[in-house]
Amino acid sequence: MSIPADLKYAESHEWIRVQDNIGTVGITDHAQAELSDIVFVEAPAIGKKVSAKGNVAVVESVKAASDIYSPVSGEVIEANPLLESNSALLNTDPYGDGWIYKIKIENADELQQLKDAAGYKAQIGE
Amino acid sequence: MKSTSLHASHVAAGARIVDFAGWQMPIQYKGILDEHNAVRTGAGMFDISHMGEFFVEGPNAAAALDRLLTNNVGKLAIGEGQYSLMLNDKGGVIDDLIIYRTDENKFLLVVNASKIDEDRDWVVTHLAEGLYFEDASALYAGLAVQGPNSPQIFTKIFSTELPARNQLAVIEFNGVQGFVARTGYTGEDGYELFVPNEAAPALWDALVAAGTTPCGLGARDTLRLEMCYPLNGNDLSPDHTPLEAGLGFFVDLTKGDFIGKPILAAQKEAGVSRRLSAIRVEEKSPPLRPHYPVVIDGNPVSETTSGALSPSLQYGIAMAYLPVEYSKPGQAVEVEVRGKRYRAVVCKKPFYAKPKN
Repeated sequence: MSIPADLKYAESHEWIRVQDNIGTVGITDHAQAELSDIVFVEAPAIGKKVSAKGNVAVVESVKAASDIYSPVSGEVIEANPLLESNSALLNTDPYGDGWIYKIKIENADELQQLKDAAGYKAQIGE
Repeated sequence: MKSTSLHASHVAAGARIVDFAGWQMPIQYKGILDEHNAVRTGAGMFDISHMGEFFVEGPNAAAALDRLLTNNVGKLAIGEGQYSLMLNDKGGVIDDLIIYRTDENKFLLVVNASKIDEDRDWVVTHLAEGLYFEDASALYAGLAVQGPNSPQIFTKIFSTELPARNQLAVIEFNGVQGFVARTGYTGEDGYELFVPNEAAPALWDALVAAGTTPCGLGARDTLRLEMCYPLNGNDLSPDHTPLEAGLGFFVDLTKGDFIGKPILAAQKEAGVSRRLSAIRVEEKSPPLRPHYPVVIDGNPVSETTSGALSPSLQYGIAMAYLPVEYSKPGQAVEVEVRGKRYRAVVCKKPFYAKPKN
């Protein structure tokens, strides 16, 4: 399983890449493998205010719907337009074109609560 | 939690195991979509060992079973099988099953895993005296091999001839006897193999070696739903009759009395008030699932009993009991997913028709 070193990870299997004050969020390689065959992503509305660990999106595989939780609080400023026609990008490129949304981070301190790659690796038992 | 004699085979094949009706069963191996497509275009196999096998034997066994089942048992020739339903005295469905006549006075009933105990109690309570009943569920493993390539796989493994559709034959594998039935739950050509537990792992290996793709419950559900085959517990229940479920073809009201018959006869006379209908979404939507509201003219009128994103058709499909006036193909409906309504339409069954060559 790929776990890039430059990302932060939530226990609920989301990753966040931070640049300036903007976070890009997706689900981990481990999460996509567990879900398998992702066929629908219900992206958050632009402007939606979310809190850390709050429901922000829904990812559906053939067999189940799974809630996606925001790693940090803030305002959704962009949703990945590619997912509308190709939700399988979450399976094929979870850390790249399979990103789900971008968030304007409200409180950068919350990033300290997240795991680094080693911590997430330990969590999933790799 | 029970597991089948193929549990180690599943784990070795990379299965993801889930709890299904008290059984540890594979929901998928590599992925539901691949497995679904393997069955539509090649050959796949499903562990159906959790299903129940009952034997009923004795003088006039056919007549006795005819009182318990909706289809006409007496019409079965030796070696033939038929789909049938067992009803409560309100005409509601206890279980759907396949019954085979293995001999003049001997029958095999294959029933749903989730209903084995309830079915056994019902049969034992209501079967005429003087008949032998055996619940052989714990002794038999089952493998459903399905898909256009499944007949050629059969000939690679067995020396006997594959029986015709809905027929049963005795097979031998590694010196052990079992049954093969030309039946299935996918809409593809195929058969179901029943062998004693101890023979199952080697049979699994032989089927894999012959090119059969292991498939889990996930693909089994999408395949059957594309064909509008009902799943008991979802689409069938003690609160719905087979006529409401659109299964009148498997109900013989011209034969003698059977449990539930008076209700069905009256319902047929008066017409059903609701009907299990096929619904497909007409815009991009999340996969449909059971218990989603079905809305007509802005009013919730029902809920889905089964639902999926059809892997073959690439749109959302579902079934729901609709008031009969709204159940005709072409009827516009909406299906609500997490508070959002998606445009859909009642359509003809089945959703999926095999492409003509």
